[in-house]
Amino acid sequence: MADSKHIVLRHLDIGKPIIKLKDYEKRAGGYDGFKKAVKMEKSAVIDEVKASGLRGRGGAGFPAGVKWSFIPQNEPIKYVTVNADESETGTFKDRLIMEQNPHQLIEGALTCAYAIGAKAVYIYLRGEFWDVAHMLDERIEEARKAGYIGENILGSGFSCEVYTHLGAGAYICGEESALLNSLEGKLGQPRVRPPFPAQKGGGLYGEATVVNNVETLANVPWIMVNGADEYKKIGTEQSAGTKLYCVSGNIQKPGVYELPFDTTFRELLETVCGGPPEGRSFKALLPSGGSGPIVPLTDEVLDTRMSYEDCAAIDTIIGSASLIVMDDSVNIAWVASKVIKFFAHESCGKCTPCREGTYWLDKVLDRIMAGQATAKDIERIDDVAKNMAGITLCALGDFAANPIIHTIKHFKEDFLAMAEGKELAQAGD
Amino acid sequence: MAVIGNKKYSKQIEHHFSKYPDKRSAVMPLLYIAQEEYGWVNDDGIQEVAELCELDPTHVKSIAGFYTMYSEKSKGKYWLQVCTDLSCALRGADEFHKDLKAYLEVEEGGTTDDDLFTVEHVMCLAACDNAPMLQCNFHYMENLDMEKMKAWVEEKRAELQKELDA
Ligand SMILES: Cc1cc2nc3c(=O)[nH]c(=O)nc-3n(C[C@H](O)[C@H](O)[C@H](O)COP(=O)(O)O)c2cc1C
Ligand code: FES
Repeated sequence: MADSKHIVLRHLDIGKPIIKLKDYEKRAGGYDGFKKAVKMEKSAVIDEVKASGLRGRGGAGFPAGVKWSFIPQNEPIKYVTVNADESETGTFKDRLIMEQNPHQLIEGALTCAYAIGAKAVYIYLRGEFWDVAHMLDERIEEARKAGYIGENILGSGFSCEVYTHLGAGAYICGEESALLNSLEGKLGQPRVRPPFPAQKGGGLYGEATVVNNVETLANVPWIMVNGADEYKKIGTEQSAGTKLYCVSGNIQKPGVYELPFDTTFRELLETVCGGPPEGRSFKALLPSGGSGPIVPLTDEVLDTRMSYEDCAAIDTIIGSASLIVMDDSVNIAWVASKVIKFFAHESCGKCTPCREGTYWLDKVLDRIMAGQATAKDIERIDDVAKNMAGITLCALGDFAANPIIHTIKHFKEDFLAMAEGKELAQAGD
Repeated sequence: MAVIGNKKYSKQIEHHFSKYPDKRSAVMPLLYIAQEEYGWVNDDGIQEVAELCELDPTHVKSIAGFYTMYSEKSKGKYWLQVCTDLSCALRGADEFHKDLKAYLEVEEGGTTDDDLFTVEHVMCLAACDNAPMLQCNFHYMENLDMEKMKAWVEEKRAELQKELDA
């Protein structure tokens, strides 16, 4: 395992998708990590993941092992919930993992379940992943027949079930507390915290629950087999391992690429993805989908490593690593209007600043896009966005404020040109 | 038509209830079943799901309204949801969406006269590298262009015609 290029997209080393259990076992050392884990003390498994430096791949980058260690060991009922909601604009990596290497996710989730002593794993998929969920159900059945799921797994005394659950089209259900509400059959709206999901009272059905992203858990089998020290050798000091980078927009070769965290934007966008479309040049980049701060694609940015700490240093985030590339044909005010439409649509409506803020931002941006606005309107939306940030019930409010604040900061001239009707031709129109 | 007592669904319903410690959690999977049975989530479906999950029908209705994949009105046989979100739009999705509506002669959210196609635009479907793309009754169609779409539409129209002739 250690000499392969990929940790998560193992099928790329093998040359074809690893769907069937026997292929996963034979060709990718499948379930070796889990078999090793169930022979270890639970706390030793948590310590290994902690020592690896594995951070959550769902956006926030919280250390996975630390999260697992928050779970009170003596509670009788605990859960693992896999976040497969994948709804951030520009994100399409979790779907790929589940389609091409599904057992590795199941194995990672089971290892987490063992480590915290969970009685069940729920994989929450966005409703649109209908076909993916049905395929996963078959893989789960296969793993159950082989004795990796069910009662007294591998003779370890540990029992656990794995289920899929389909959402039904609501971005907010990717937020962990909204996800838990949705899974409980309630409206998918965020909960007030504390208590946090890892605490009694805060998780699924009120029980302590780990919520982890698909990609996060898919890293775990490799760590169990090769050890934390090997894992830490990959990437940067604060960003261990590899990341699945999703590249979309104005780029020659869009797709998902698994690369170590110390790779630069230039290496990915120019060398791997072949640069901007013919005759065009790079203009701007959203490194973390619609919700992260935009950056102009300068040489400085291109030479930055795509890690948590390096991106923070250039005033953005790597987040879920959903790179949306804009070339010089794109007016960035148009980008802002697209992104705000998303958040106005997806605001769950529970808290006022987010519901009203996104609504008004969308309205004023429509005016700007119609060439019927003034410089004052641009100041106004900047103001609204800044007032929204930090005061909403969940981070969706911040996600919606970011694109406005940062697009105006870097590309004010685009807004002015648009507002005054000087620019109309637009990508996609 | 019914969900309760319908042999076609009893196994599925049983399976969903077995997954959760609480009946309430089955409300989402059961709403999908109701939608399959009636073509959309109508009052009968709401009532039956509420009964099965031991919930208040108004709660079930609010759940159905909260999520976009439960359809609260009847749709064409093929429900085409075109992604026009940022990544797809950067690769021509807005134009594709406009052209598709024009070809089918429908407004946003509208259904063709033969009840075959409903077209609307949606947010990111996590297939951004394969734009333009759409979701047709929960299955993805990717790397599209109008040429491909026209051929597909005509194929479906011909199928309908054959059914009518038969
Ligand atoms: C509005 C909103 C949407 C989110 N959507 C997702 C999502 O689609 N997938 C995901 O894994 N995390 C999403 N998150 C982050 C989750 O709340 C949570 O941090 C994550 O699932 C934790 O897993 P990780 O530590 O493995 O990253 C979202 C957060 C917010 C505030
Ligand atoms: S933006 Fe269209 S699928 Fe992601």
